[in-house]
Amino acid sequence: MNHPATPPGSTRREFLANTGGVAAAALGSTMSRTEAHGQSRIPSDSEIASSSAGAIPLTLRVNGKDRALQIDPRATLLDCLRETISLTGTKKGCDHGQCGACTVHVNGKRVLSCLSLAILLDGAEITTIEGLGTPDDMHPMQAAFVECDGYQCGYCTSGQIMSAVALLDEPCGPTDADVKELMSGNICRCGAYANIVQAIQQVRKPK
Amino acid sequence: MHTFDFTRPADAAGAIALAAKAKTAQQGADIRLIAGGTTLVDLMKLSVETPQLLVDVNRLPFDQIEALPGGGLKIGATVRNATFANDPVIKRDYSVISQAILQGASAQIRNMATTAGNMLQRTRCVYFRDPAMPCNKRDPGSGCPAITGHNRMLAILGASEHCIATNPSDMCVALAALDATVHIQQAAGTRTIPFADFHLLPGDAPDRENVLEPGDLITHIELPPPLKDSKQLYLKLRDRASYEFALASAAVVLQIAAGKIVAARLALGGVGTKPWRSAAAEAELIGKTADEATYGAAAEAALRDAKPQSQNGFKVELAKRCITHALRTAATA
Repeated sequence: MNHPATPPGSTRREFLANTGGVAAAALGSTMSRTEAHGQSRIPSDSEIASSSAGAIPLTLRVNGKDRALQIDPRATLLDCLRETISLTGTKKGCDHGQCGACTVHVNGKRVLSCLSLAILLDGAEITTIEGLGTPDDMHPMQAAFVECDGYQCGYCTSGQIMSAVALLDEPCGPTDADVKELMSGNICRCGAYANIVQAIQQVRKPK
Repeated sequence: MHTFDFTRPADAAGAIALAAKAKTAQQGADIRLIAGGTTLVDLMKLSVETPQLLVDVNRLPFDQIEALPGGGLKIGATVRNATFANDPVIKRDYSVISQAILQGASAQIRNMATTAGNMLQRTRCVYFRDPAMPCNKRDPGSGCPAITGHNRMLAILGASEHCIATNPSDMCVALAALDATVHIQQAAGTRTIPFADFHLLPGDAPDRENVLEPGDLITHIELPPPLKDSKQLYLKLRDRASYEFALASAAVVLQIAAGKIVAARLALGGVGTKPWRSAAAEAELIGKTADEATYGAAAEAALRDAKPQSQNGFKVELAKRCITHALRTAATA
């Protein structure tokens, strides 16, 4: 199959998103990505929200920016970030809490976004890899991963880095073994573990 | 994932009133309380759990660890596992809990999972997790393919002809050893259950895993005052070094004076259909000299009733060695 060339000036992802839009539109309103700008309101027990009845409103503060959203109660934080807010840096690996690729910070703690229902997080502060740094102004952990070659294919990397940054504020012994234990929830199929540990230790113990 | 309704009651009474409308609080519950969701959301994605209503209990006031006047501790139902494990008093006086929690799951999951959620986590038996397969726990009366199938990870203690699923928790093994109590609130009032009585053996109703009834809300667990100068250890043996469920684990708490064991608590994980406190092993320890012969006798007693399946015979010897190694290491620490 021939793939059309990516037009100059646009990224591969933007190109795919734009060409995919036609197909999405054909599927109708269930694929709607509109964000509601009403006041966030979680139903009380006398007023139960039904997922079959459609989306319900909530507000997430993502990378410092308030997002007023309409979401299906079944949406995980992972799908909400990727599909609704279009922040695709957070990756879907196993989708069952076994690989760590979807790791983000919620109120300063690292969690698995694939097992977090977004509806439970109304008002929460979310940090994703996009909120950590930029190519021109990387977080020290991002810079250390680059310097130490702490990845190969890169798919697990955003989860690895989100875990590694959270680890800096957690009780963790000084040794490589201590770091490996606290990073065990992030699987890397390329096996870049040695370099990942080196990157983390470099940030923890600056030369 | 099946559709469901969602609500966030303002207080415990609201949550209890809603939960009381459920047909059951056990497998197949139509109304589920949700906190961390690490087990429930996973099982909802697999269609093993299909609640019609989720009740968010995260914002109820059960997220504190408090000292009790008598010297014990009260651990709220929604205290996160990481907070529980890293609490300075837990680390000092009840270190076996801290060790057990920190050897379970991953840092991310420990930040999400709660005290009560961990108590209610479900077995990892592959047949339970796959709705295409028969399973007496998920679909009562459909049969147990694990008995003639893949049972390497499954239980050798407390199983029945209907179910051999292992309880997967590490935290619960430590809580069983420490004589914790479970505090439950319902519309009619409150009640207290000894931790050892909270989980049920599968018997002929493996879909029923604990004593909870519709409208029961776990508010907290209580730890009795710590055993003074006790030596505590949680030893977990598994297929890989981290982020894996136990093949066999042991929580031991020992008080030793002049070479004699004055008090002993021993519970096992990874081998039982519930967190497995062993009174038989403790009887072999209390009043005896802290030596290899005593540890060996305790291990034999703990596994005397073991009934291995076709693929997990190794667990009998593994659990014995887990016990003797844990006792030796704790005693000489």
